[in-house]
Amino acid sequence: MATYTLNTPLTDADTEMLRAGDMVLLNGIIYSGRDAAHKKLTELLDKGEPLPFDLKGASIYYVGPSPAIPGRPIGSAGPTTSYRMDAYAPRLYSLGLKATIGKGKRNDAVKQAMADNKAVYFGATGGAGALLSKCITASKVIAFEELGPEAVREMTVKDFPLLVINDAFGGELYAKPNLDD
Amino acid sequence: MREIKAADISAAVARMCISANTKLPADVRAKLEEGYAQETTEAGKEIFRQLLENADLSAATKLPLCQDCGLAVFYVEMGEDVVVPGGINKAITEGMVTGYQDGFLRKSSCDPLTRKNTGDNGPAIIHVDLVPGDSLKISYMAKGGGSENMSRVTMLAPSQGWEGIKKFVVNRVAEAGPNPCPPVILGIGIGGNFELAPKIAKKALLRKLDDIHPDPKIAEMEAELLAAVNKLGIGPMGLGGSYTCLAVKIAMAPCHIASLPLAVNVQCHSARHEEVEF
Repeated sequence: MATYTLNTPLTDADTEMLRAGDMVLLNGIIYSGRDAAHKKLTELLDKGEPLPFDLKGASIYYVGPSPAIPGRPIGSAGPTTSYRMDAYAPRLYSLGLKATIGKGKRNDAVKQAMADNKAVYFGATGGAGALLSKCITASKVIAFEELGPEAVREMTVKDFPLLVINDAFGGELYAKPNLDD
Repeated sequence: MREIKAADISAAVARMCISANTKLPADVRAKLEEGYAQETTEAGKEIFRQLLENADLSAATKLPLCQDCGLAVFYVEMGEDVVVPGGINKAITEGMVTGYQDGFLRKSSCDPLTRKNTGDNGPAIIHVDLVPGDSLKISYMAKGGGSENMSRVTMLAPSQGWEGIKKFVVNRVAEAGPNPCPPVILGIGIGGNFELAPKIAKKALLRKLDDIHPDPKIAEMEAELLAAVNKLGIGPMGLGGSYTCLAVKIAMAPCHIASLPLAVNVQCHSARHEEVEF
């Protein structure tokens, strides 16, 4: 398993070299979005309206940060559980999204969408929100401010530590539970 | 009658909300240290290292341990001879709202259908039990959504017994896999009815991770479930390892002759709770 330092936006060349289990230090701009924001993004697509950011090569971080404390760009900012965005993810991948960042399992439709679109799913450590927040050097709300913690933020990350959970070739990192029956 | 001022309760609750979200209980921290020393997989060990570093950073900077500062759950044991002018529920709710605001804690409460955030993390979820005397104890738990979503209640048939309980719990943890931020802590409610089983299951999570149940039979059941769950090999954050679960805490209550209610409350490794006594 390798370690890569990558810059956003991600390209096909970036995602094609990644395999489940690789570590990635991500740099550049990523976008926050979770349950309510995904619903709104999808509604914009349905209406044929532009999204608040360019999906091509983009990375979406499933996070709802805590409020920024004075002197810091953002509060605690660890991943939320990803399966809740499975209903929305395939469409976004098909429109150019290259990576999602969260924690927990994805469904088969999302995995297929990753394979079809040369895209990946990264895991960040859940419950390490204070630690991960140190890698976020800037943050501003760019859409849906009324959603509070669920607003879409443009975040600048520096060496954001991620593991490739699902790669673009069907590979998956998560351990299968040992069940007797 | 003993009068306790609502303002004193609110101030203590506000402090408790901030403190619990930035300082891991000593018993939880000790378990993470044990995991760091004992975990057999490198990936799992690395997760424990990060969680310990996260706890240190949170204590030093007052950034919350986790961005999900939870719905605020309170267990109140209130003496029957205690009076709180203005009301205990209002005092707790006001303290919680102040704590979440002043502590830069995330407000995670919303309308179930419109999904509009209530803006102040309210209402608090408050369980009051009346007890004899003039004491007042308030326990606070910050319960995150990710682990709560993996929790379940089921009504087993009495014939399924202990084996049925074990199977349900192990399957629940297996199916949840990496989703609830393992290593988890399990609160298990056995018996009661459809509302009591989950209530005692969650309240069991207030126990110290390293305590041993005073009933040797239940202590044995907890040990058996812990071993069975850890055989799954899910490991920290689902990356594989021997630490899928840090502790199992069982609470039991008599139930209807027709039923065997079972509740499994899944708690993530960031088990944040505190209590205050007046």
